[in-house]
Amino acid sequence: MYRSHVLVCGGTGCTSSGSAQIVEKLESEIAKNGLSDEVQVVKTGCFGLCALGPIMIIYPEGTFYSMVKVDDIPEIVSEHLLKGRIVSRLVYDETVTDKGVKSLNDTAFYKKQHRVALRNCGVINPENIEEYIGTGGYEALGKVLTEMTPDEVIQTILDSGLRGRGGGGFPTGMKWKLARNIVPDADQKYVCCNADEGDPGAFMDRSVLEGDPHVVLEAMAIAGYAIGASQGYIYVRAEYPIAVKRLEIAINQAREYGLLGKDIFGTGFDFDIGLRLGAGAFVCGEETALMTSIEGNRGEPRPRPPFPAEKGLFGKPTILNNVETYANIPQIIVNGADWFASMGTEKSKGTKVFALGGKIKNTGLVEIPMGTKLRTIIEEIGGGIPNGKKFKAAQTGGPSGGCIPAEHYDIEIDYDNLIAIGSMMGSGGLIVMDEDNCMVDIAKFFLAFTVDESCGKCTPCRIGTKRLYELLDKVTKGQATLEDLDRIEELCYYIKNNSLCGLGQTAPNPVLSTLRYFKDEYIAHVVDKTCPAGVCKDLLKYVIDPDKCKGCTLCARQCPAGAIEGSVKNPHKIDQSKCIKCGACIEKCKFGAISKK
Amino acid sequence: MAAKKCSIPFSGTKEQEAKLKEVIASHKSDKGALMPILQKAQEIYGYLPIEVQKIIAHEMDIPLEKIYGVATFYSQFTLNPKGKYTISVCLGTACYVKGSGDIFDELSKKLGINGGETTSDGKFTLVDCRCIGACGLAPVLTVNDDVYGRLTVDDVDGILAKYAE
Repeated sequence: MYRSHVLVCGGTGCTSSGSAQIVEKLESEIAKNGLSDEVQVVKTGCFGLCALGPIMIIYPEGTFYSMVKVDDIPEIVSEHLLKGRIVSRLVYDETVTDKGVKSLNDTAFYKKQHRVALRNCGVINPENIEEYIGTGGYEALGKVLTEMTPDEVIQTILDSGLRGRGGGGFPTGMKWKLARNIVPDADQKYVCCNADEGDPGAFMDRSVLEGDPHVVLEAMAIAGYAIGASQGYIYVRAEYPIAVKRLEIAINQAREYGLLGKDIFGTGFDFDIGLRLGAGAFVCGEETALMTSIEGNRGEPRPRPPFPAEKGLFGKPTILNNVETYANIPQIIVNGADWFASMGTEKSKGTKVFALGGKIKNTGLVEIPMGTKLRTIIEEIGGGIPNGKKFKAAQTGGPSGGCIPAEHYDIEIDYDNLIAIGSMMGSGGLIVMDEDNCMVDIAKFFLAFTVDESCGKCTPCRIGTKRLYELLDKVTKGQATLEDLDRIEELCYYIKNNSLCGLGQTAPNPVLSTLRYFKDEYIAHVVDKTCPAGVCKDLLKYVIDPDKCKGCTLCARQCPAGAIEGSVKNPHKIDQSKCIKCGACIEKCKFGAISKK
Repeated sequence: MAAKKCSIPFSGTKEQEAKLKEVIASHKSDKGALMPILQKAQEIYGYLPIEVQKIIAHEMDIPLEKIYGVATFYSQFTLNPKGKYTISVCLGTACYVKGSGDIFDELSKKLGINGGETTSDGKFTLVDCRCIGACGLAPVLTVNDDVYGRLTVDDVDGILAKYAE
């Protein structure tokens, strides 16, 4: 028995800010103080508060240290672990109250969260199967194999109301039911896991894989039993090296413990899982493209029907679910469908994990019950927008989604509400934008992404997105006309209606939704030739306020284009025909005399 | 961009070839083995020149054009050798809204190369990437395995200086 456990986040965010070195230093300091038998260091998955990384929690006290540096470790070991005195200067300030240090679960960031899919993330050591088993892991698989029929499993998932967390929101139980029944005499079926989390700014799946890999393996085995498959594949992004490594470890451990492989729990049920690494193609997140890629081909989608439930991987009936969807399954089995269905809204049950990013204080990972208000997520859990700026919009669904403007700040987040306002749940990336972000620029940014990632198989997507990008480029350069805006809209609907797969069908969404809510901003670019947010370089004009300019000549010396004229101690002037709008002058001016309009 | 013809002569060794053939032999019977084999081949050689693709085509008995098709489809595969240090700037949404585009432009200017290109001394390759998932540190770039976060344009010089020798 150890008297203290030190949990250090080993997720990608904290590893990037140096948590591996912290673990090393901790272990050496603990040994130096002769505490190796009393204190255990555990490298866990993500705690969620990535903005404050690297993060460390010491139990039993539950002291939450944030932004820890290697140099802080000797003090933490000698003060906290040896003498029992909390190092208050390193404690997360939200947990510090007049009455001492309060529990992490009472802080604004954690209080409104409800962790189901992330249950074990930041709690257990993901590289040790016994810790997973110790928190009830593989209990659901045991129950399924020994007490339930495949149809009962499917019924439970159906009753729970669980919908696909990858963004589509298709009822998971329905998918399983189809795969079980549609081709009754199939000699082989497959269970696939979509861990090709390509939506930029989204890292929910990665955090589950890094923090709790066994939950995915267990759920896939349950799915295999339910539909009658003996082989599973996890298709994971190669850009996630830590997740890949932990999955490999987890698969090997599960095989050693007889939880994967032949005759699981002595029930005669065989199930094994193979890992396939993606190679950087966003389109492979689309289900048919993903399967084509596992087969060793160019990851191009194929038309549906036939749907994968009938003809999927290697031409066999296949189900494909997303990581977060799987992460819910074992607990639905253990706690029952009613338990799960008691959370969330009428048509969207359970919880959803969001990756908060962009202009928000607490960037990181949160899990909230469906139906939570956007305002609650951003202001209470997320800590609001930094630097006193105003909320402009939140973007969900990445390149396939849309934005939620301030007028819908109080929307209750669920699948159907988001679709109704022209956005979508997506996989869970939630990027917050403030008044300094230009919505036309954001739409153009997403189109640049889809142009890059379009696989080229079908014309509406390959050429349509390119033309759409060019039209948006014209807008941001002040060369577009009002007719172009109509053309943009028309082209959007053309691409949506005619593309082969989800990538093309949803690619125009960021444009349509910004056109819907921020049309005035588009018009400002077209008619007034200005960018209200001051982002689009071609439309900016740098001007010097003659009253504020002291004539120090710093800006003129800084200007790479020689566009600033003026003599010492006299107000300077920018020659607009020479200015290349690099912004070097504005950064150097000590008197705040230069502004961009 | 990946399909651009390689101007650097191929200098693969016998050892590398033996290693590759070993990998192919051990994966050949797996279903859908081509992707894992290409990934291993790129690990061995650092890139996938036509010479390597030919070996794979021959050993696996599949047409070269299929291998070329797969190798040029995925952005992770490269037909050109990379520099000693690959600087990868995240242009994912979270980083982009926090100004990573300016950081990419600054690097491009400082190194005198565009995205996907390598400096003439073979030292730096500049690429953009879509989200490495360290959004809490946005904007982020990586130099090989080193991660640099919470960047501003002013940090660029310091980072390049670290790899100057």
